[in-house]
Amino acid sequence: MITFEQVSVHYHDAAEPTLRGVDLTVPEGELCLLVGPSGSGKSTLLGTVSGLVPHFTGGVLHGRVTVGGRDTRAHRPRELADLVGTVGQDPLAHFVTDTVEDELAYGMESLGLAPEVMRRRVEETLDLLGLADLRDRALSSLSGGQQQRVAIGSVLTTHPKVLVLDEPTSALDPGAAEDVLAVLQRLVHDLGTTVLMAEHRLERVVQYADQVLLLPGGGATPVLGDPAEVMAHSPVHPPVVALGRAAGWSPLPLSVRDARRRAAPLRARLAGRTPPPTPTATGEPVLSVQRLTVRRGPVPALRGVDLDLRAGEITALMGRNGAGKSTLLGSLVGLHQPASGTVRVGGLTPHRTRPQELIRRIGLVPQDPRDLLYAETVAAECAAADQDAGAAGNTEPGTCRALVSRLLPGIDDALHPRDLSEGQRLTLALAVVLTSRPGVILLDEPTRGLDYAAKGRLVEILRGLAADGHAVLLATHDVELAAELAHRTVILADGEVVAGGPTAQVVVSSPAFAPQVAKVLTPLPWLTVRQITDALDDSL
Amino acid sequence: MPKLRTTRSPVGPRQLHPGAWWIWALGLGAAASRTTNPLLLLLIVGVAGYVVAARHGDAPWARSYGAFLKLGLAVLGLRMAFAILLGSPIPGSHVLLDLPQLPLPTWAKGVRIGGAVTLEGLLFALYDALKLATLLICVGAANALASPARLLRALPGALYEAGVAAVVAMTFAPNLIADVQRLRAARRLRGRSDRGVKSLLSVGLPVLEGALERSVGLAAAMDCRGFGRTVDVPRGTARTTAALTLAGLLGVCVAAYGLLTADGSAWALPLLLFGLAAAGGGLLLGSRRAVRSRYRPDPWAVREWLVAGSGVAVAGLLVWLSGLDPAAFTPSVVPPVAPRLPLLPALAVLIGLLPAVAAPQPPSPTSSPSSPSQPGRAS
Repeated sequence: MITFEQVSVHYHDAAEPTLRGVDLTVPEGELCLLVGPSGSGKSTLLGTVSGLVPHFTGGVLHGRVTVGGRDTRAHRPRELADLVGTVGQDPLAHFVTDTVEDELAYGMESLGLAPEVMRRRVEETLDLLGLADLRDRALSSLSGGQQQRVAIGSVLTTHPKVLVLDEPTSALDPGAAEDVLAVLQRLVHDLGTTVLMAEHRLERVVQYADQVLLLPGGGATPVLGDPAEVMAHSPVHPPVVALGRAAGWSPLPLSVRDARRRAAPLRARLAGRTPPPTPTATGEPVLSVQRLTVRRGPVPALRGVDLDLRAGEITALMGRNGAGKSTLLGSLVGLHQPASGTVRVGGLTPHRTRPQELIRRIGLVPQDPRDLLYAETVAAECAAADQDAGAAGNTEPGTCRALVSRLLPGIDDALHPRDLSEGQRLTLALAVVLTSRPGVILLDEPTRGLDYAAKGRLVEILRGLAADGHAVLLATHDVELAAELAHRTVILADGEVVAGGPTAQVVVSSPAFAPQVAKVLTPLPWLTVRQITDALDDSL
Repeated sequence: MPKLRTTRSPVGPRQLHPGAWWIWALGLGAAASRTTNPLLLLLIVGVAGYVVAARHGDAPWARSYGAFLKLGLAVLGLRMAFAILLGSPIPGSHVLLDLPQLPLPTWAKGVRIGGAVTLEGLLFALYDALKLATLLICVGAANALASPARLLRALPGALYEAGVAAVVAMTFAPNLIADVQRLRAARRLRGRSDRGVKSLLSVGLPVLEGALERSVGLAAAMDCRGFGRTVDVPRGTARTTAALTLAGLLGVCVAAYGLLTADGSAWALPLLLFGLAAAGGGLLLGSRRAVRSRYRPDPWAVREWLVAGSGVAVAGLLVWLSGLDPAAFTPSVVPPVAPRLPLLPALAVLIGLLPAVAAPQPPSPTSSPSSPSQPGRAS
């Protein structure tokens, strides 16, 4: 269906080609998963299929990409619209109209389909994606998962042969991601659509893939093959594959179900052992929230939340999209005024404290780290951070730059913050926040867009901060990150705390928030591959 | 096989055709433009307000009526303030108060700041401003009752792309405001003040960068979904289209000039009709180039005729009546007389209330926006 013949792409301002030597064929009706570290050219490869590369982005395309027999070099994206449907990570950026039904019809209107055909296909698509109840709703009033389903539906109505998806579940909570993936699987099974999808969160998608296309990056040749074979050598892999590698299973399991069926010997080896207990921090809370209620608009976003953070402890805050996680973090740094209840950070009330005073006690890295970065270069950003912190206390010049070098060596001073990779930008924002040495660090959805390597570095950094006596609170959809990192987990739903306690207890008792290892070995209390490899090493 | 309906069903709760709402509102506006009688003007505002209250939906744009009402009041206040400060060309003998006059150099002759404020001058300014405010409120009513995006969808194909550009621009304004608020909040996280002009200026560049990124993203998404696909048309047709459109626009411009000058009314009307016809023909031909089809357009049924007809009737009757009894439509300000409400024109304006019963009830969303219908998850 899609053929690449010696494809390479070179952007004008880049020293190296972003893609090179791609020479492969994706057959019809397959779900092909594109994996690889950040910067390996996944988005560029997807762009060559939809025609956005090079028609829209510029750059030079060598070789030939054909989709259903059409050469994407000779056809502009709009001329491929009846053949290729494209959905990106942010559904809101994709919407042209304002209600669900109009959005589903938009693509067909552009193609000039007959009204009777449009009417029938809109109804079919509403049913296929479970959107019938939402047909008259304004798009902005939908939840994240619903929006992503509408975005997929809006390209499906033109009956494309190929669906191109760039990180469709990255911004979604685990439940909403499952809804979207169920839809994709149905398309592949029922309609024979060819799906090409890039995704960082492999633990969510790899079991659905028929083929995996690995872009190793750094000029190495792309590999297309059976998921289990590719995963055996892939530098990026989900925890269940890591568990399979550690336990020496062959072929490698890709889904929790496969792994569980092979796990009996592993359970036997682990019998009688328990994972090392998570240290519980004692001492006075450095941040305490009591019966906090915050209103945003007419509905309360938080209703009577209680929370304590202690020094040296990492707490994960989980819950579906719109449960109030970001509002809670915002209230802790004084962005929202409580309607009732109290927030105390080291004796201060955040929304009544001057920002200069507050940043010495508590710092927040927002969902998009770019919000925090204004300067033209990394060096200027660091100087500004020193100045901000200096106005608040006794910070010497160079503090921020030293932090950047310690957290992530090798960031060029002269780069523009927008040109950094997602992981580098997050680290820079974290360094900026740490410059004024706050005792409490908050992170909002830090792993969005990070590959496994960047995530691993983040885990190391946050562990180091906790060991230095910081209290860390991170709001996240990433169950694997929470299992790896958090001492405690708090789950929010509709603005209320529905579960809270040591991570092992909370996530093992809740299937939606359990990491893969816990699902495989349930009811044993193991959460991460690292715990298991440590335990197995000890037994040798 | 039965013929399938392509438009939305005219039965049951539905959105009225946006064109009908706009004709009704412009009819009220045209009626308002014929009079300076404050009682008639207030009656028109009342009629428009009642219909909006009776038939608005719960979409975001339905709230724009309040904004237009405030705008009207602001126009009124501004006009009165100018009348007090700068004086008025209306000669008056009832001096209400005498402000100290600012001495101005001779080159500024004809401009006056301060001086006597007369009842006649104030009344004239009030009537004049009230007329303008009423026109604004009529537009606001149309805006609240029919989303501008829906009106643009009803445009002919040749205007479609311009219409999409306008819609996209309209949705960007709220996004921009949200961006400014988010970035100003982020300044607080850096330990800087989030109040004052300086904080607003410092987020300007990031906000613009964000808006630019978003528009490029949207353009890419629209291109991928086939926006702007065209079919080839013969060269002759393309030329005829261009010629017709150009001639039509020229005709309309010249005719507008003629209508506004005193002596041109004889030839201006035929020219206007010719210009409109030519421009319409050009648009029709131009639509052949676009491949677009339309999904379930709103029907034009009995209710649309009633709503649009009531607006046209109000405008027509007031124009006719204003010729019969000019005094009632423009109450005298020199000497000042208390305005009276003429019976027949008032009854004619009340015809504009017809949509409050004739227009269909707008559909209500099946579930409330605040609680997305997602299955709860086990915890």
